[in-house]
Amino acid sequence: MSEHRTPLGDIFTEAAWRQNTGLVVLLGLCPLLAVSGTVVNGLGLGLATTFVLLVSNLSVSLLRKTLRPEIRIPAFVLIIASAVTAIDLLMQAWFHDLYGVLGIFIPLIVTNCAIIGRAEAFAARNPPMAAAVDGLGTGLGFCLALVLLGALRELAGHGTLLAGADMMFGEWARSLELTLVPNHPGFLLAILPPGAFIGLGLLIAARNAIIARGERRAKAGSPRVTAPVARGESA
Amino acid sequence: MNADSPLRSGLTLAGIAVLGVALLTGIHHLTRERIAAQQRDAVAMRLSQVLAPDRYDNDLLHDVIQVTDPETFGHPGPATVYRARRDGQPVAVVMEVTAPNGYNGPIRMLVGILADGSISGVRVVSHRETPGLGDPIEARRSDWITRFEGRSLRDPTPEGWAVRRDGGEFDQFTGATITPRAVVEAVQRALEYHRAHLDALYARQSADEQSTDE
Repeated sequence: MSEHRTPLGDIFTEAAWRQNTGLVVLLGLCPLLAVSGTVVNGLGLGLATTFVLLVSNLSVSLLRKTLRPEIRIPAFVLIIASAVTAIDLLMQAWFHDLYGVLGIFIPLIVTNCAIIGRAEAFAARNPPMAAAVDGLGTGLGFCLALVLLGALRELAGHGTLLAGADMMFGEWARSLELTLVPNHPGFLLAILPPGAFIGLGLLIAARNAIIARGERRAKAGSPRVTAPVARGESA
Repeated sequence: MNADSPLRSGLTLAGIAVLGVALLTGIHHLTRERIAAQQRDAVAMRLSQVLAPDRYDNDLLHDVIQVTDPETFGHPGPATVYRARRDGQPVAVVMEVTAPNGYNGPIRMLVGILADGSISGVRVVSHRETPGLGDPIEARRSDWITRFEGRSLRDPTPEGWAVRRDGGEFDQFTGATITPRAVVEAVQRALEYHRAHLDALYARQSADEQSTDE
């Protein structure tokens, strides 16, 4: 139980970028691949997942001294299931159209192993503030992966970006839809499941390229030793 | 009580469960009416696409019967029929019809039929057809589905109620014939059911759970 004082900013970048759930740890691929057909779908599921991560990490951290090891997993399951049911009801009430599109993937957030993974590996051994930041970072990192993949597939598949934004932001957002390629014939491969795998591969490659470039820069400049925050892999 | 006792663990878990239930009960109460209203709006919105609301003056959402006819409606369960009236006179029915023979599974749609036997509108409610090939049946992807409007069993004649490849009057899509064929056939079956049961459809008591199948 190391309740060390890692700066919150480091916790955030670690969770959102260096250990990005979708692109590095490769957890929660089922919703990532299934719902990333458009930017808006990706954003909707990403934000819902972020909310669940924030609530579950915070609750687990607050309860971490009460929870004895043998009941921690059932307790995590209860907490996560409550948070997911809450967001399910709230989305049905306020984002009914988007809920219709995301459908089964909202209740299925409960099975996203990234959530129980962060509860077990981080929130259960860190103070509430750090756990909340970790949850937010993990969630926004996942959201980023979903939105990027959604943008890639929507652009290649339909030639648009942000189609259906009105489902999330109301009528005014209809004007947000960008048709970047007019009269796009539709590129089936990008829309169908294989397009999700190929797109994810491209995103991982792009991320690796950015990291490699950063490392070369760092080597050329002043050598800086980066000490990664301990981050258990689980689930 | 011993801090290590299983009882204590059980009570902790029970406490978390009670908290979770309390939270969800609260949220359920907060959202219940809004969710019901949203669902009503969604149904009303869909109905308005197949039948203009200014054509009738009754409460369409509540003037409803369930009919069971697997041949017509494409599934063994009861199908909902909404009945529109003006000054008590029949105006139109909107039927929930399923085309069971879509390319990737059933295609659910709403078919509005005026009392004179012509179509007021058809919309696909849900389907699993291939994106980019079969999805022009959606109104937001193409205007194909609107071409049923005003059609009836006399226009086109029975031979015309098919896609062009089968010698009919309705276009198929590039790379997809099965999907539009399934939709055309389901709409035609709905029209035939309407013709055969015209009086019964309007006369039956609302919310009557009996079936009118023969």
